[in-house]
Order: sequence, then C-alpha cells, then structure tokens
Amino acid sequence: MAEAKLTPEQKLAMYHRMLLCRMFEERVYFLFLEGRLPGTIHQSQGQEASAVGICSALDAGDMITSTHRPHSHAIARGVSARSLMAELFAKETGCCRGKGGSMHVGDAGAGMLPAIAIVGGGLPLAAGYALAFRYLKQPNIVACFFGEGAANIGVFHEAVNMAAIWNLPVVFVCENNKYAASTAVEKVMRVKHVSERAAAYGIPGETVDGNDVEVVYQAMVKAGSRARAGDGPTLLELETYRFAGHSRSDPGHYRKPEEVAAWKERDPIARYEARLLAEKVLEPSEMTKIRASIELELETAIAQAEQDPSPKPEDCLTDVFAS
Amino acid sequence: MPVLTYVEAIRQGIWEEMERDPSVFVIGEDVAEYGGAFKVTDGMLERFGRDRVIDTPISESAIVGAATGAALMGMRPVVEMQFMDFIACGFDQIVNMAAKIHYRWGAKVPMVIRGPSGAGVHGGPYHSQSNEMWFVHTPGLKVVIPSTAYDAKGLIKASIRDENPVIFYEHKFLYRRIKDEVPDEDYLVPLGRAAVRREGADIAVITYGAMVWTALEAAAELEKEGVSLEVVDLRSLLPYDEAAVLASVRKCGKVILLHEDTRTGGMAGELAALIGERAFDDLDGPIIRVTAPDTPVPFAPPLEEYFLPNAQKLMAAARKLAAY
Ligand SMILES: Cc1ncc(C[n+]2csc(CCOP(=O)(O)OP(=O)(O)O)c2C)c(N)n1
Repeated sequence: MAEAKLTPEQKLAMYHRMLLCRMFEERVYFLFLEGRLPGTIHQSQGQEASAVGICSALDAGDMITSTHRPHSHAIARGVSARSLMAELFAKETGCCRGKGGSMHVGDAGAGMLPAIAIVGGGLPLAAGYALAFRYLKQPNIVACFFGEGAANIGVFHEAVNMAAIWNLPVVFVCENNKYAASTAVEKVMRVKHVSERAAAYGIPGETVDGNDVEVVYQAMVKAGSRARAGDGPTLLELETYRFAGHSRSDPGHYRKPEEVAAWKERDPIARYEARLLAEKVLEPSEMTKIRASIELELETAIAQAEQDPSPKPEDCLTDVFAS
Repeated sequence: MPVLTYVEAIRQGIWEEMERDPSVFVIGEDVAEYGGAFKVTDGMLERFGRDRVIDTPISESAIVGAATGAALMGMRPVVEMQFMDFIACGFDQIVNMAAKIHYRWGAKVPMVIRGPSGAGVHGGPYHSQSNEMWFVHTPGLKVVIPSTAYDAKGLIKASIRDENPVIFYEHKFLYRRIKDEVPDEDYLVPLGRAAVRREGADIAVITYGAMVWTALEAAAELEKEGVSLEVVDLRSLLPYDEAAVLASVRKCGKVILLHEDTRTGGMAGELAALIGERAFDDLDGPIIRVTAPDTPVPFAPPLEEYFLPNAQKLMAAARKLAAY
C-alpha cells in the first residue's frame, strides 16, 4: 500500500500534540511532587509518538481504549487538557467527575473509552466495540492500546483470537516500552517481538519504531485501512520506552542508566523537531510560539481545575445504576 | 521487644516460614528484585534466591493455578497479588480449582494468596476494594484479615502452615501507619479465632481489618460520654469465631457490625443472621450495621471520605443505639 502523504499542517499538528503530551506530563509530575494531586500516576514521557501517531490516523467516529498510563492517549485523541487536569485534581468538572482519577481518564464522546487500569481489561472491550461498529454498519474502527506486559494475560489471547476469527475492525496497538513495572520483557516472553504472536491468530503482525511519529502514523493507516475494509485486525507493536518510573513511587532502579540515556537519545519529540526543522516545516520562531501557547493552555487548565468545585460528598451515591 | 510496622511484620512472618520450611516459596509480579509493589518481599531474593522468589508475567489466572498445582505436590506457595482488586483475574482458578480440590478428591492445597486491599489512599475504583466476601462465600477457602502487626505476623505464619488455600487480606492503609511490639520469635495466631481488643459493657462492635482502629478510636471518645463499647476483631472471616461474636453480644445486649466493605452481602449480614438465630433473646436493641454504601470506591477525597465508615459515623450510630 502506498504511504499516506502528510501535509505540513498535519506534521505540525502531530508535533504540537506530542509536545502538549510531554508538557502536560511534566506539569503533572511537579503538581504531584508538590502534593497538589491525590492518588498516584503512571506517566508517559517518551511514548508520545505512539499515542499521537496512532490517534492522528483515526477518524472522528473511531474509538480508542487505553490503560493505566492514559494521559498521552487522551491528549492525542483530543480530550481537553482542562477536563483531564480537573480529573487529576479530583474535581467535579473532571472527565470522570472525580470518581476515577488518573487511571480512569477518557471521554467516550471524544472517542476514548475511559481508561482501563486492569491490565488487559481493554482488549475484549475493544473487540466488542468493533463488533458493534460492524453490527451497526458504522465505518469505524477501534485502536486498542496496551503494554507488552498485557500480552501475557489470558484475556489478550481470548480477545485477539475472537477479533481475528470474526474479522473485527480493531487494531491491537502494543506499546512495547520494554518493562512491565519492574519486569523486563525478555524475562516474561520467549519471542523477541509481541507481533510474532499474530501468527498464532492468523492475522498480520508488525513491529515498528514507536518513537518515530510518522512511522507509527503510516503503520496505523495501513492497519486501519485493512480493518475498515473488513479484513480484520492487526497486531501492531510499537517499540518505545518510558522515561519516567512505572508510577509515582518507582525510581526505576531496575533499568541501567546507560539504557535510559540511549533511549533519551531517541526522544520522539526531539527527533521530530529536528526533522521538521530540517524539512523547513517548522521554523525556530514557530517552536517558541507553540511552546508558549501550550504553556498558556496548561496554566489555564491548572488554574481552572484548582478553582473548580469538588464533587459533593453525597455524589458518592449517584451513578451506580443507569436508568 | 522489637517494634515493627504491619508491613515489616508480614515480611518477617513469611521470611521465618521460608527459613523453617524449604517448601515455602513466594511467587507474583515484581516480587523479586523489586521486592513487591509495597515492598513486602523486599530482600527475599537476596536471601532465598530465584527458585524461591519467583517473578511472573502479568498472568493472575496462571499464577494462582500454577501455585495450586505446586501445592498439590506439597509445596507451600505464597502468592502475591499486586492489589487484591486484580485477584478477580484469577477468580476461576481460586474458586473452582483451589477451593474444591480437597472436597473433590481429598488432596491438600496448602497455599496463601495475599495482597493489599482497602481504601483511604485515593486509589480509585480499581485499587481500593474490599472484596473479601467474594471468597467468604466460597466453601473450601479460608479468609484472614489482620488488623495489628502482631497478628499480621502470627496469622501469615499460621496461614502458610495451614493445609488449605487461604486468602490473606492486608489493609494497605495500615502497612506503614501502625506499629506494634512483635516478638522476634516463632509464634502463631490461630485461624478462625477472634480477639477482644477492648472490653466494654454497653455495645459490642464486631469488626475486622482497618476498622478495628476506627472502633477503638470511637470507643475511647464514647467512654467520655459514658457509653462503653466492646471491640471484637474477627481476624478470620472464614471460618469465623461464632462463639466470640455470640459471647460479646450476650454480654453487651446491643451490637453494631462495622466494616469497610459495602453493605449488601457484606460480613455484617452474615453476623446479623447468626445473632438473630442464636442470641435473639439476649438482644436489647436492633442489630445495627455501619458499613460503606453499595457503590464502587470513588477517587475524589470528599467522595471517598463519604464512602468510608469512620469514628464519627460509628459514634453517631452508637449514641443512638445506646439510647434505645
Ligand atoms: C490484572 C492486573 N494485574 C496487575 C496489575 C498491576 N500493574 C499495573 S500496571 C502493571 C504493568 C503493566 O505493564 P505493561 O502492560 O507493559 O504497561 P506499561 O506499564 O509498560 O505501560 C502492573 C503489573 C494490574 N493493574 N492489573
């Protein structure tokens, strides 16, 4: 299949989104350190190209599912920084009205099912969502994000097989960041690539550079077209790395500093920035402007979230049943 | 006597059993180098080596099932769930395999599945549940929930030595918040036996886990108002100490059943039925429940505070009951 041609506007938009993801996470990191946010967080610095590359290849009516590490997925999908920030601040205006917190963010209306922090939990939901798309004759697809760690939970097998036998319009997007919490992937998997497992389900599997946003985008366009055409799922593996620890309390001592440094050399944002500057798609003055506008957006989101009302205590009792 | 936190006491209990019995091993996610998400198994890899401190893939069903299989061969696996919420992913292997093997063919499954449960740390709906009743309703399992560091050590050791699958709940709020004197030596706290934490005359408060501390706080306050609470810590929910429950109810004539778990189908319902059947004539007032409401555990601090029982809520209920 021919590669989709990216316009300068699209490239800039992807750059902007990745930067928003990064700067959002950096602000959140400090807000946590300052004790201004309750609970815990799992951050995604370093994985922006995967979130943005995938989501840039989706249509408005498509859906993503996400994990315990959802901030960049949400931003890439277009969930507003404001509603995300408000959720992290546990406010009524948050995207889960303060009931979920960091690991539950999302907005079905914006094309992201609220994130699922039970490892692997999103895969069967993605299959089911895709089943309904086809049932309703909607031309949409589901992009299902999960970590390589999730490829070892039983429900991965059940969901991918089911999607495969029914040719469901879903793309299983494995963000292989090499570690599940402290556990290195080679300790828990015999195959070199998660994508090799696709063979077991009779579907295409592909491993690509998850730190190159255009590569991710092209891979998703290909897998997405296949899914939209009714040819079934793809297992797409994105090789990437998380720069931060697993969660707020994890200093990440199980990783060698040289390894972290080597991956930082492949920072998806710095790489793309350099490329866009070389291609003259991006001007240095433009960069400063983009950064300033993101800073303003985040500043506003934080200020608003802080002022927003907390949920009323008795709201604990609402929403248990649908009516 | 050494003073240990709850988490240190659990670690020491497992450690001693591993020293004592080579068939005891630890298995779970991130338990080796990392020492577990809450550091319960910290240092065990260095002392006991990789064969006995086993990191797994994220595969709760196979972790529990493999432990069950090994237990059938006489091993004594101690399985860690990173959070007890995720035990749901291993449910079938627990309730259909481990729990029913002895009844089906007489083989023993000496295994412990342990991990953190409970709310109070803003963990949200997937990292805060008290799901002990899923297993209390499963004959063949034992269910244990310590409230003190002393008991945590004695109960984990007794659970490891037990010949049955034991589901061992550790309240994450208590891990580093409470300390007790914990003897350096080998001792057991028997399963199925409650403890009276505070003697009282007017109202028996039957509870377990972190709520024991809530009950003690309320009891200290209410004493100033002339209301005397007796606090009974169940320690084991399956089997549970019927005699201790009935004795306290008979002594006080009034009873409050307190737990962090949600209301409908909670342990309080079971206790109320027992009391109604066996101590009806001793009651001087209605049986009262103080529990969480029937909702998932919410994230936002004001919602979570509303959700959780606390000393104020217990005191309000106790004052009303005392005046009955
Ligand atoms: C069923 C289940 N087991 C364990 C956990 C605890 N846990 C949360 S994230 C995580 C590691 C996940 O690794 P991976 O899927 O590779 O995603 P990553 O964290 O690398 O983004 C674990 C073990 C969980 N949330 N759900």
